Amino acid sequence: MSVRRLDINQPDGFSFSAENERWAANQLKKYPKDKQASAVIPLLWRAQEQAGGWLPEPAIRHVAELLEMPQIRVLEVATFYTMFNLSPVGRHFVQLCGTTPCWLRGAEDLKEVCRRAIGEPGRVSEDGLFSWTEVECLGACVNAPMVQINADYYEDLTPESLEKLLDDLAADRDVAPGPQVERINSCPMGGPTTLLNGGTRQAGQTKRARATSKSKPKSLRKARKDGADRLTKIKGIGPKIENQLYELGIFHFDQIAAWSKADVARIDESLRFKGRVEREGWIAQAKALAKDSGGGS
Amino acid sequence: MLDDKDRIFRNLYGMEDWALEGARARGAWDGTKKFIEKGPDWIIDEVKASGLRGRGGAGFPTGLKWSFMPKQDSPRPHYLVVNADESEPGTCKDREIMRHDPHLLIEGCLYAALAMKAHVAYIYVRGEFIRERERLQAAIDQAYAAKLIGKNNRSGWDLDVFVHHGAGAYICGEETALLESLEGKKGQPRLKPPFPANVGLYGAPTTVNNVESIAVVPDILRRGATWFAGLGRPNNTGTKLFCISGHVNNPCTVEEEMGVSLRELIDRHAGGVRGGWDNLLAVIPGGSSVPCLPSPACQSLLMDFDSLSALKSGLGTAAVIVMDKSTDIIRAIARLAYFYKHESCGQCTPCREGTGWMWRVLDRMARGEAQKAEIDMLLDVTYQVEGHTICALGDAAAWPIQGLIRHFRHVIEERIDAHQANAGGSDAVRSAAE
Repeated sequence: MSVRRLDINQPDGFSFSAENERWAANQLKKYPKDKQASAVIPLLWRAQEQAGGWLPEPAIRHVAELLEMPQIRVLEVATFYTMFNLSPVGRHFVQLCGTTPCWLRGAEDLKEVCRRAIGEPGRVSEDGLFSWTEVECLGACVNAPMVQINADYYEDLTPESLEKLLDDLAADRDVAPGPQVERINSCPMGGPTTLLNGGTRQAGQTKRARATSKSKPKSLRKARKDGADRLTKIKGIGPKIENQLYELGIFHFDQIAAWSKADVARIDESLRFKGRVEREGWIAQAKALAKDSGGGS
Repeated sequence: MLDDKDRIFRNLYGMEDWALEGARARGAWDGTKKFIEKGPDWIIDEVKASGLRGRGGAGFPTGLKWSFMPKQDSPRPHYLVVNADESEPGTCKDREIMRHDPHLLIEGCLYAALAMKAHVAYIYVRGEFIRERERLQAAIDQAYAAKLIGKNNRSGWDLDVFVHHGAGAYICGEETALLESLEGKKGQPRLKPPFPANVGLYGAPTTVNNVESIAVVPDILRRGATWFAGLGRPNNTGTKLFCISGHVNNPCTVEEEMGVSLRELIDRHAGGVRGGWDNLLAVIPGGSSVPCLPSPACQSLLMDFDSLSALKSGLGTAAVIVMDKSTDIIRAIARLAYFYKHESCGQCTPCREGTGWMWRVLDRMARGEAQKAEIDMLLDVTYQVEGHTICALGDAAAWPIQGLIRHFRHVIEERIDAHQANAGGSDAVRSAAE
């Protein structure tokens, strides 16, 4: 058990925004009549989001009122579940997993990084940007060590990559969630040992599957007359990938902008860089760039 | 090695499209109406014949569990609840299903719901899995839009699927604590009996299943119970997602046949033990709750329920935590003891007080600040906690410590000796383990 108490400093009041009120009313529809108490965790969570990452006492009362629950029951829930922050947190709230699988792979060193860069656990940094705490297993053990920052997991960290991540967040630079090394999700580093021919062409295949796997992204024999676009302008594409794309007949932003889901799967497979296209939003970036360059000329 | 064609989770790493179109290309939602028409008894019989044992840790036969739901018609609704509160340290398999193959789970819900005559399913996702929850919800929305689930859907069995979430409590992975939480209360387990199949969610008949148990059902029905039963070993059939973490070169999650050897898992898929096989100290073979095994036992170890329980350990969630010789094994287990202390719900005294007591003693032992007599005292306390609590969290807290003392008593003794030698030969002060 962990002892958790409400913060000494509390705001005067709390009520859901109009949008959240509508959202809450919709949540109640998930549960049978008179069982609206079921929605207490989702509603408290939404209240915490609205309050800036922590759960003030007036919000607990507000939710109790909304769900027609005794306040003490909602207070019990708020203090029992550890994701409810009963004191303010930083804008980037770092939850560092310290349980054995992460501990084995260097979580202690990450704690030192947090201490240096942010301060003592539970304290919000002076600029209000960061706070951190050690938490119990977050369920990403094959990507240890890892942290959760707000809604996202950042995995396969080293002290250096965590430091860089915190720097990037402080400077408001874009960061990519997921593994912070060259690795696809929970796949072994260096590439999969199974599913080597892709999953689609396995048993249980349908006609639709064959159609999907045959379709290819539209490629060109060579770049149009004004020359190829600088694909490196897309965040996530470096000179090496640019060359690979040229080899595949992809020269222009508008080609990438027009990729379908199946195309993305094909490209991902060819580049053996799976998941990056989606994660880094290549298509959206390409669309914007194609627009800027007058439709890709 | 399991043949690629026998894999169920063909988008395990998210390299392909997770959405409806991609899932269908991999075979999901194929033949749904046909299976629904065959009826609940057929589904239960197929799942029983497949030999599927629950993938949440306890390994209870899934088909048998479903058959416990009341058969006679009554005005009380029936509920299917899917336990996606994955938080056993070492375990990260349900996460992959939810974010990369969510349609297998949703389709499985439909068959399970028919088998237990439920028209409502709740999927309880741990609070931290925010992105996974969003992905799962998106997949459910797709299934509704395609009329695969919902009222008057194309399969002929009405089913509403709702995603619910927790807010950071390991104990809510215990099925009755999960139900309490789903009802809007603290996650404190209920006394059994009555069992959820009679008195579950909102007092109505309920069955709680793990994500993986449900997600493999569509493939069992499509490919046949004999296909699934033909994989693995007798009484330990089918495929299983294994998560290999800790001191291996390439930690990963991988689908393999039940009964695969530990050595194959580590060497073939996880790139070997850091520093080579001879550098292996111990493994925790099934998530933090099961006792660790020292390296000699790992040599020819088979990964299934019966092989591991024969060695006084367990398959649990098939989360293999590997520790090489650089590991301070006492600290590793002490960190788990802290986990259980943190996660005890506080309802039963042996667990609430015992988990804290065991952690404090282990913490001292890790520094060597203990008496050798305390090792047996600690062991004795683990047996006083085990089996004396409402739920199995007390057992789960006791087992890793029993494993430590069973296999690494000499390490604790050496640590104590070293500490006493450093202290000038005098007896270390025995601080109160209050």
